[in-house]
Amino acid sequence: MDYFAQQLINGLVLGSIYGLIAIGYTMVYGIVGMINFAHGDIFMIGGFIALISFLLLVSLGLTAIPLILLVVLLVAMAVTALYGWTVERIAYRPLRHSFRLAPMLSAIGMSFVLTNYSQVAQGARVKPVPPIITGGYTLHEGPEGFAVQLSNMQIMVVLVTIVLLAMFTWLVSRTRLGRDMRACEQDQTMAALLGVDVDRTISMTFVIGAALAAVAGMMYLLYYGQVDFFMGFVAGIKAFTAAVLGGIGSLPGAVLGGLAIGLIETFWSAYFSVEYKDVAAFSILIIVLIFMPTGLLGRPEVEKV
Amino acid sequence: MTALTTETTSTETTQVSHTAGIPFILKKAFLGACVALVLFLLMIGIRTEAGPDGQLTWWTRFGDLASIVGLVFGGSIVIELLRQWIGPTGAEKLVPASVQRSMSLLGRFLGPALLVFTLLVPVIFYNQRYILDLAILVLTYVMLGWGLNVVVGLAGLLDLGYVAFYAVGAYAYALLATNFGWSFWVCLPLAGMLAALWGVMLGFPVLRLRGDYLAIVTLAFGEIIRLVILNWQDLTGGPNGVSGIPRPTLFGIPLDNSDDGLAAKLGIEYSPTHRIVFLFYLILALALLTNWVTIRLRRLPIGRAWEALREDEVACRALGINTTTTKLTAFATGAMFGGFAGAFFATRQGFISPESFTFQESALVLAIVVLGGMGSQLGVALAALTMIGGFELFRGLETYRMLVFGMAMVLIMIWRPRGIIGHRAPTVYLTKAQAISSDLVKEGHG
Amino acid sequence: MSGEPILSVDRLTMRFGGIVAVQDLSFSAERSQITALIGPNGAGKTTVFNCITGFYKPTGGAIRLNHDDGKQIALERLNDFRIAKQAKVARTFQNIRLFPGMTALENLMVAQHNTLMRASGFTFLGLVGVPTYRDAEKRAIALATDWLKRINLFDRADDAAGNLAYGDQRRLEIARAMCTEPVLLCLDEPAAGLNARESASLSELLLSIRHELGTSILLIEHDMSVVMEISDHIVVMDHGLKIAQGTPRQVRDDPKVIAAYLGADEEEAKAVMESES
Repeated sequence: MDYFAQQLINGLVLGSIYGLIAIGYTMVYGIVGMINFAHGDIFMIGGFIALISFLLLVSLGLTAIPLILLVVLLVAMAVTALYGWTVERIAYRPLRHSFRLAPMLSAIGMSFVLTNYSQVAQGARVKPVPPIITGGYTLHEGPEGFAVQLSNMQIMVVLVTIVLLAMFTWLVSRTRLGRDMRACEQDQTMAALLGVDVDRTISMTFVIGAALAAVAGMMYLLYYGQVDFFMGFVAGIKAFTAAVLGGIGSLPGAVLGGLAIGLIETFWSAYFSVEYKDVAAFSILIIVLIFMPTGLLGRPEVEKV
Repeated sequence: MTALTTETTSTETTQVSHTAGIPFILKKAFLGACVALVLFLLMIGIRTEAGPDGQLTWWTRFGDLASIVGLVFGGSIVIELLRQWIGPTGAEKLVPASVQRSMSLLGRFLGPALLVFTLLVPVIFYNQRYILDLAILVLTYVMLGWGLNVVVGLAGLLDLGYVAFYAVGAYAYALLATNFGWSFWVCLPLAGMLAALWGVMLGFPVLRLRGDYLAIVTLAFGEIIRLVILNWQDLTGGPNGVSGIPRPTLFGIPLDNSDDGLAAKLGIEYSPTHRIVFLFYLILALALLTNWVTIRLRRLPIGRAWEALREDEVACRALGINTTTTKLTAFATGAMFGGFAGAFFATRQGFISPESFTFQESALVLAIVVLGGMGSQLGVALAALTMIGGFELFRGLETYRMLVFGMAMVLIMIWRPRGIIGHRAPTVYLTKAQAISSDLVKEGHG
Repeated sequence: MSGEPILSVDRLTMRFGGIVAVQDLSFSAERSQITALIGPNGAGKTTVFNCITGFYKPTGGAIRLNHDDGKQIALERLNDFRIAKQAKVARTFQNIRLFPGMTALENLMVAQHNTLMRASGFTFLGLVGVPTYRDAEKRAIALATDWLKRINLFDRADDAAGNLAYGDQRRLEIARAMCTEPVLLCLDEPAAGLNARESASLSELLLSIRHELGTSILLIEHDMSVVMEISDHIVVMDHGLKIAQGTPRQVRDDPKVIAAYLGADEEEAKAVMESES
């Protein structure tokens, strides 16, 4: 039971990270109808930016951890958002009215570019950081000496996810930008005719998605204590699975899907086999797409004849 | 999406390119450089590395940073000047019909010429092992491209996990040959059939999926196969792979230095090149078989049904075409060719491991098909030659290779979204076969 | 030759969630005749079509197809492609669904898929090029050529279907449906978007299909000049219900029909009719 509770906590934390990445997929798919294959790599870049800025701040002699984390968060979000913007501007915008396969291949190409760019720029080796947020609470001491732990780090990851999700939901439902986004999602031509700057709205979607991916990258860095250039690929596919599971286009769905994937992966590793945890995640993707392609909170798609 | 927005953007570009002066260009380049500075400041300006005690260290590389930002500045000036010189973007789409016609005329002779040249490659380059090896590699990808073309180009089903079938074929031969000592010629059809079976197994669950969903599921399928190979150590040897895979024989006669070897039997002096030449003609034969079958299938009802499926699935159903079996046969046919290619790969390398079957391979083959112009056999061959040849140019810059490949994919898509040969040749005609413009040909929903 | 109607629809009901698109609809289409299904927009006509041609599975009711040999097929139990393949019901679409990247001839060849598949020994014999397949292909091309001549598109046989004029595409879609050699041809608004001259030639084509080939036709149409000219029997629907049926003359004079089209109630419609006559 204690073991189960511990896995539950671990799964929720991992799921929060997936959920943050999944939002980027869901938003982009909602508006431009393409899988942004490079989004997983944007997450990876976010992790690297966070790592480097953290290293610089510490070298500058800063010691106040909360201040450091805040600055790192802002820098990572800003710089990664610019990456998201640039990727859209270079690789997707010229192909917006093109054939369907073209943006997809361009996205795959961009994913390769980002992966190998960070390999070239920062080397292939795993980059470790020492634990930054330490301490935590012991929730329950089991009779066999197994204790259920809730670390401060885990609390922070979940809190940051909740706060950002709340902010973001507000952004989409209450602001002008959010309204423009929803308009573009429905009908880009009509939105353009009514004075919505479609190009700018789509750019902003990528920017916001990338900023959230940067947060996820930073959380990943803090939680696992390391980043590497290849982490975007698998995390990206899993987050995409989360987005589909939650129902593509739905923001709460993305987070819900993220949590589900995080839990499934954690429990699979805990009770079955660690080696096959990715196989489990990919199998879930396939099963979900086949049996409920609209996901948990998605809108059903009716085939028009 | 809409003609309206396209129009407005194109008029904008036209105006810009006519009125833009030096200050505009400089401003644009300056902005580009600023963006580059922010992007690269941390990622390139600072280099991190894990020290010996696990402690991260860092140092600055402002020189590299400055040169890259400078490159972006200069590059955007050059691009802007080129754009003004060439004219508004999209002008290349207005290639006159006469030019296109002469291109297709050229295409009619290019194919046979290319074939004759390929047949003569081992004669011309007999002493250049490097070129022969490269030619074998190119032909392997030509074959893979042609195989995937059945699925993506003809049936319009987007498959990002094609490498799975390549892996199934390779492992099928490797395991059957090393465990049971079966010969290549027995295993080859088995590898093809096994891969086709897996193609059907992938096909069944994805029948109802469309577009991007199909793509991501096939990707996941490819990854699952790779991960299972990687982790099922008892059968596949896991990350260590399978080694000591037997070399192919000329119907039982080995191509080695032994007394039963081909050289000894023919009474000529043994040379290791014999085997390379043999492998060359083997893959050429396999590739040509793929090509012949595909061309033949296109003119049969099944091939027409594939293309009709790509054009409009609903209409197919209304005409009484069983879309399920049509899709499955497309998956199975494509997978079978992938399996053949895999068996060849295993026998050529003598060693295989999961590393050879990553998603990057699938993406490479898909890029070849799309660059070739979906559905065009000649286009796919040319694309494989360009891509693999181009890839080879960057052999020295090992780490930059995938970077360049990724950039090339993006640029090619922007330059020619419909590939080198975009038009479609009809499968049957009454008076005259006319090429059909790519603007009309659909890509399929699946 | 049985005297039964080719198609009898009995108490057909189709619901989408809470919305009832078609309710308890019963009608029949006579053999070798043209039956028209008319009604205002949103009356549920296309839904009926989709139920008959297997694109929707009806919520309730029966759809029976009576072949010439007395064989009866329950269409509501067959799904999508089997309706065209086994029951021999062909259809066209409101928004034309040709294969735009294939030539006109290829479109007609695809329609003969099932015949050719059998002839090609399910591809295997065709792959090695047996003569029986070559003969079958020649016959298929001959049939396609015949249809291209009927619809005056023989000269454009090798042009991409997507390059044809709108009216030509409409006629090609009908020819393609006919190439499946159906016993019942279902046309969803074949005259939509056609000008008067094209409509007239469409009427001619449909009448020739009915008279020369004896194929039964069921059509949805808004163009009343076409409907009144060629139909033998008309079924009128409104809000998912059948409100009238009969010969063109009967239907034209039915106040309920006029009321449905004018959106007025029955009394008003009667008044309008009386004042006109």
